[in-house]
Amino acid sequence: MKIAAQEESALIWRIVAGETQLFHQLIRPYEKLVYVTILTMVKNEAEAEDGAQETMINAFRHLKSFRGEAKFSTWLVTIAMNEGRKRLRKVKVAAETPLEIPTDENEGDFTPAVLTDWREIPLEALERKELRKKLREAVELLPEKYREVLVLRDIEGLNQEETAAALGINVTLVKVRLHRARMMLQKGLVPYLKSEAPGRGGFFRRWFQ
Amino acid sequence: MKLDCKHVWEHISGYLDRQLDPELLAAVEKHLESCEVCSAILDSTRNILVLTADDRTYELPVGYSERLHAKLEAVIAEDEKS
Repeated sequence: MKIAAQEESALIWRIVAGETQLFHQLIRPYEKLVYVTILTMVKNEAEAEDGAQETMINAFRHLKSFRGEAKFSTWLVTIAMNEGRKRLRKVKVAAETPLEIPTDENEGDFTPAVLTDWREIPLEALERKELRKKLREAVELLPEKYREVLVLRDIEGLNQEETAAALGINVTLVKVRLHRARMMLQKGLVPYLKSEAPGRGGFFRRWFQ
Repeated sequence: MKLDCKHVWEHISGYLDRQLDPELLAAVEKHLESCEVCSAILDSTRNILVLTADDRTYELPVGYSERLHAKLEAVIAEDEKS
């Protein structure tokens, strides 16, 4: 459903010039992007839906100020994140703020969980509904600066440059934070990713094939 | 280049994103061939990425899109009047 960049700028131009009904078409590919961005921040579905509506309304009202240098998706994400922050301040979820992990960005010392017997995770395990729920919970528990990078890169599929632009940080920092975020998720989810059929580990399989 | 496990862990993300330079990539792959621990970590991380990219991990509430466009319709109509 993605619209080609060129087509998209033409669409934006026409909307700004007065064909406002086309705005519906413009935002269709980004409905989920905006919702998930806010949901992972506010952790409440109704709040996220309201925030997504506000984001789109804001985008409509300020479309004139959108400059073609940024991608429309990146611009939308920025508005969505501001909306999410605004709502967070309102709700004051301070009590739920996860513990910050020491933050020297140059240090790459995040260690994953080490286990040897879950090398072969059955595909069916990834199909399980509760695993997806666990993943959402683990994402929620990530400290904000790691979570936002992971959400944009791995959940919403933005590339490194788009993620960096949306967050106002450089690409190197995107890489460092993404790595840490993934390692934290790996650590948190290992118990659930564990194969239910012990003894079928890849080690022996490989050797005896 | 010979890498120990700890060094390999630092590059798991870069490996999955295919961003390692050829020399480092070769060293990581060589290590992975003989290290079950690192291979397992790599696999589990890859599986997590399969899940994060899965459309079903985050689902839109029923009627979300309709409500969004109805709201927008009202805003657009108001805008056209002014």
